[in-house]
Amino acid sequence: MTVVVIGAGPAGLAAALELRRRGTTDVVVIDRESEVGGIPRHAKHQGFGLRDLRRPLSGPAYARRYAALAASAGAELRTDTMVTGWSPDGPLELTGPRGTETIEPDALILATGCRERPRSARLVPGSRPEGVMTTGTLQQLVYLKRRRVGERALIVGAEHVSFSALLTLAHGGARAVGMATELPRHQSLALFRAGAALRWRAPLWTRTAVTAIHGRPRVEEVELTDLDSGAARSVECDTVVFTADWIPDHELAVMGGLELDRGTRGPRVDAALRTSRPGVVAAGNLLHGAETADVAALSGRHAAGATDGVVRGAHWPEPGVPVECEPPLDWIAPNVVTPGAGPPPRGRFALRSREFARRPRVEIAQDGRLLWSRHVARLVPGRSARLPRDWTAAVDPAGGPVRVRLASRG
Amino acid sequence: MPEPLDTDVAIVGAGVVGCAIARELTRFELRVTLLEAGPDVGAGTSKANTALLHTGFDAKPGTLEARLLARGYELLGEYAERVGIPVERTGALLVAWNDEQLAELPGIVERARANGSTDLREVGVDELYRREPHLGPGARGGLEVPREGLVCPFTTPLAYATEAVLAGCDLRRSSPVSSVSRMERGGFRLELPGGALSARYLVNAAGLHSDELDRMLGHDRFTVTPRRGELIVFDKLARPLVSQIVLAVPTKVTKGVLIAPTVFGNVMLGPTAEDLERKDDTESTRSGIDYLRAEGARIMPELLEHEVTAVYAGLRAATEHPDYQLTVHAPEGYACVGGIRSTGLSASMAIAEHVRDELGAGGMPLEPKPAATAEFRMPNIGEAFERPYQRRELIERDPEYGSIVCFCERVTHGEVRDALEATVPATDLDGLRRRTRAHMGRCQGFFCGAELAARLDESAR
Repeated sequence: MTVVVIGAGPAGLAAALELRRRGTTDVVVIDRESEVGGIPRHAKHQGFGLRDLRRPLSGPAYARRYAALAASAGAELRTDTMVTGWSPDGPLELTGPRGTETIEPDALILATGCRERPRSARLVPGSRPEGVMTTGTLQQLVYLKRRRVGERALIVGAEHVSFSALLTLAHGGARAVGMATELPRHQSLALFRAGAALRWRAPLWTRTAVTAIHGRPRVEEVELTDLDSGAARSVECDTVVFTADWIPDHELAVMGGLELDRGTRGPRVDAALRTSRPGVVAAGNLLHGAETADVAALSGRHAAGATDGVVRGAHWPEPGVPVECEPPLDWIAPNVVTPGAGPPPRGRFALRSREFARRPRVEIAQDGRLLWSRHVARLVPGRSARLPRDWTAAVDPAGGPVRVRLASRG
Repeated sequence: MPEPLDTDVAIVGAGVVGCAIARELTRFELRVTLLEAGPDVGAGTSKANTALLHTGFDAKPGTLEARLLARGYELLGEYAERVGIPVERTGALLVAWNDEQLAELPGIVERARANGSTDLREVGVDELYRREPHLGPGARGGLEVPREGLVCPFTTPLAYATEAVLAGCDLRRSSPVSSVSRMERGGFRLELPGGALSARYLVNAAGLHSDELDRMLGHDRFTVTPRRGELIVFDKLARPLVSQIVLAVPTKVTKGVLIAPTVFGNVMLGPTAEDLERKDDTESTRSGIDYLRAEGARIMPELLEHEVTAVYAGLRAATEHPDYQLTVHAPEGYACVGGIRSTGLSASMAIAEHVRDELGAGGMPLEPKPAATAEFRMPNIGEAFERPYQRRELIERDPEYGSIVCFCERVTHGEVRDALEATVPATDLDGLRRRTRAHMGRCQGFFCGAELAARLDESAR
């Protein structure tokens, strides 16, 4: 039996490791990059590996550790290889330096991860100069290519990754002139914020939108607009880093005909991470905007369970009941309820909101029937709140979609 | 004995028109120098073209533009196939959304007939929605324009320049012409950053600046008013929404907002039309983006659910006149090729032919070179044709063509290497993008930006 894993980031490598541990004979991990490890390869800060490997590591060390674990467990790791063709009923077509080939695995785990939405997708007008990038590009420039990135940088966003961008800029020899977020507060840890203010003296501009970028051939200034007063002002800089605003890298999932969830924009999955296509399981940050690497790895480990079931001939569930969010809730994952799916990864559902809320009450209902209603810990945009799974037993498998809403903002 | 002239023909401007003229004239025993102020050929107005291969069905009958478009359409279509410029013959549907527009359709058919396009056909509402099921509600009727198509706006000028350089053209990029004057003994003197250049013949293909160059020679016949066109390019996942070009009923001012597939497999929405003062204002604007999104929401609402890959603006070289400003002063050897708007891409080869004939009639010696130019083919960057990553035998010969560096656009290390070593090589990221598609996809460099920057650095050293 052959299981193919697409994507050798934390989720894919953890899935491969677990598959081998459970005795799947042939596990092939495919990655289009020239090295395995995924995003942590170029996220040089500390704090990786706490929840999965139970030890603190830097991103590159964490990536190397997983690569070594998966390889020594007997998974085949193939780099520089990209899936260039797939259809709702066809095999995978691969392209790599060895040529083109097709494979038809017995089961497939998609772990293609996510990326930050670039400036163009965010519809920021102005010129198209050099010096506009995402954190992903910034980290690769500084840590993989050892290049300088400019002198004065504006950071767009104020999530965990935005503070990581701040650190990377410092390593790359640039100064952060400020961080701008449209939200009323930053979304990271108070410690990071305090560190940024003291160590790098980078001001945080809340309720502030980037409304234009000017300069040619390189960025010269950025127009910022105060969302409350409507007042615009200019900030001089030569670099703009667009951070966070993650979108799953779901193109392969679309090619393969998987149903996507409107909220997460990743494949719809049940608690066992089974997609709408029999034999195809999805894991990690392909399922939704970014979680930390260790959470993605645990998702991958979880996905191996369902794949193992396929290998052992377990039957694939009928399409389940979708779970949908109402604004300002953004998404919930997993987002399909199927009977007998078992617990979701880490025993919980992850819930995201577009707005801050302190101890709001969340209601889950199906066809007007209340299934669950309780206060949850605060909601912070870009960070997941946990929901227990006890309500899933009350879902009518023949009923309409389950709806999740905020009943009060707390 | 006076000093010999530096060159026979100096062409100012290496946009699609200047490159086409250089290609045409290098087929003869002439020394041709092609001067470009910017860092690359086709990197100004040409690259921001809406990229339609136009029949000219809606041009003003009897104008030079109408005649050269009809001829250029045939020439470019044939040339593209020969040298590997991506062309897709999708056809177009022109859609009327109200009674007023519906009433315009017979006039458009009439005008097309006068321009030699006899194949337009009225299409009823049912057929319209059958052929483009994702059109928004409220379409009243339309016209089928079968021969309209798509052509790559990047490869076209690059192909012309490549053929010209292979035939001996002296291409000088980053060479702005600061002034032009007539020399006493005939010919022209051009001031360049590295010194002066003397030429027997002068071709003004300076696009947005063609009026300024023309005035330096004492003429005063047109003024270029840059007309900004903003465009939104949607993700490749939107491509199945539209099978052909969806045109609007044109008004006196503009051809309106269209939705079209691109040869790269995306969907384009635009352009706006806004007259500007400054000739370098290629910035997109909040109001432009909002207007296009509102138009898109009306024409094809589902399009707006897709991610935007790029937003950009181009400047058309509009003048106060309805036609191209193409005048050849044959005896003195000056060709003014100004006021060429977006149709210049489709008309480019016919414009070049016209300039050649007029200069020839005025005495420019047109002796064909004995040997035909070496066969060459441009690297294919069109989605409708086979790309290197799909070619097993090519990858076997050279594994670099199997090593994908830009995941979104599936560009291989082999293609990046080729672009950096090409006859007209890429020297910056934008040049690499226009030659290979690298960095022009949905992630805008999240994955490949650093690698490409490193490759460019290496190549510069």
